[in-house]
Amino acid sequence: MNVLQESLLELIRRTSAEVPDDVHRAILAALEREKQGTIAASAMRIIEQNIELAQRKSQPLCQDTGSVLFYVDCPVGYDQLAFGEAAREAVKEATKKGYLRQNSVDAITGKNDGTNLGPGAPTLHFHQHRRPEVEVRLVLKGGGCENVGAQYSLPDEGIQANRDLEGCKRAVLDAVLQAQGKGCGPGVLGVCIGGDRATGYEYSKLQFLRKLDDRNPDPVLDKFEQDILRIANELGIGPMGFGGKTTLLGVKACAINRVPASYFVSVSYMCWAFRRQGVKLAEDGRIEQWLY
Amino acid sequence: MISLTTPLDEKAVRALKVGDEVAINGVLFTGRDAVHKYLHEGGALPPGLSLRGGIIYHCGPVVIKDEAGRWKVVAAGPTTSAREEPYQWQIMRDHGIRGVIGKGGMGPRTQAGCKEYGCVYLHAVGGAAQVLAERIVAVRNVYFMEKFGSPEAIWEIEVRDFPCVVTMDARGQSLHEAVFAESKARLESLLAAGSHEQR
Repeated sequence: MNVLQESLLELIRRTSAEVPDDVHRAILAALEREKQGTIAASAMRIIEQNIELAQRKSQPLCQDTGSVLFYVDCPVGYDQLAFGEAAREAVKEATKKGYLRQNSVDAITGKNDGTNLGPGAPTLHFHQHRRPEVEVRLVLKGGGCENVGAQYSLPDEGIQANRDLEGCKRAVLDAVLQAQGKGCGPGVLGVCIGGDRATGYEYSKLQFLRKLDDRNPDPVLDKFEQDILRIANELGIGPMGFGGKTTLLGVKACAINRVPASYFVSVSYMCWAFRRQGVKLAEDGRIEQWLY
Repeated sequence: MISLTTPLDEKAVRALKVGDEVAINGVLFTGRDAVHKYLHEGGALPPGLSLRGGIIYHCGPVVIKDEAGRWKVVAAGPTTSAREEPYQWQIMRDHGIRGVIGKGGMGPRTQAGCKEYGCVYLHAVGGAAQVLAERIVAVRNVYFMEKFGSPEAIWEIEVRDFPCVVTMDARGQSLHEAVFAESKARLESLLAAGSHEQR
């Protein structure tokens, strides 16, 4: 394995086995809030033990190591093809070592060749910038939380959502209601208002790269995020849908332009096993700094 | 905490109620999408395997071979059960299972199946793959490895004090249904109050 492959393998290992600090703090705060003696509190205690155990044993936090999503910020002229090859090699090795489950199947035949490689797997998103550094962020997103993501086209009469911010709020909260405990709550929402169908979902997932305790620089979206978080946590869905005080750990939203005819609200859900990590790479591919 | 030992006794299963925390000892059989569809379509179990009185665990574990060539489960949390809703009741009926472990709950056909066939739905903590893998003391066997691949195979595993919560019982109660109804009503009232504020 070359240096870049080794770095990416280590990034995968750590992403699979550890929740980032910002998420861990939010989980501990949630554990504190739940009433002692309830099944919600028991669930949060098991979650807390699981985080500790996974990190200590360096084994996957969750058996569903999910879709493997790389987000790469790189300078102009960076060899993206070489990065792709290194990423695939690292994924294959990580699968052999059990950092990743054999989790990628042919969409039509269902065949699982055990490598986690195939069309679209892993997924690579590149963004160029005019700075010299290469930053690689990795999100492992399990199927349970992916299945409860939702996209709304406003107006939506079923949920009385008009084409305004109040309508967006209704759409997002409907997604929370429908998800209940299926997405392994308490979860985190990534929301995108606007865009086309594909871009809306893409941007909603990009929100997971933000830290849970950051605040949206746009005051309108900041209020939107805080309102949804507050209301969702008053619904009583709670950890795993067992009832309780924490339904969501965070809400992160963005808005991108749309065509006049479309008004999409795209919601991605991330489970409490929020697997996101990142590294800044040195020129030779070595890990220089961890980003979360 | 109620201790349950497999194979489960019908009377013990029927006595369980929503909200009970249980610890399971004995054997679990993993099974998820491919296995459920296969059994639903009338597929036969491999010779020597019976699920009668047993528990199906909706789980696709991460399993590796250790240095001695023995299977070792390194991560094993529950997967979302809702996907098995079309099939589960029939597997209760045809294979005499007494318990289903998963996450997120299941729907009305499973609920009716629990009542009719004396079965219970047990919720394990989703994502808690390490805590749950620690309670797996041995892998006894694996079936359909070639046919369905590792995450979809039937793994016969031995567990000790495997923690779950009863969220659908054999008396017709479902915690999922109750929480959904309550949260839906709360959301409607919060949104109504919010709209009023804005006017």
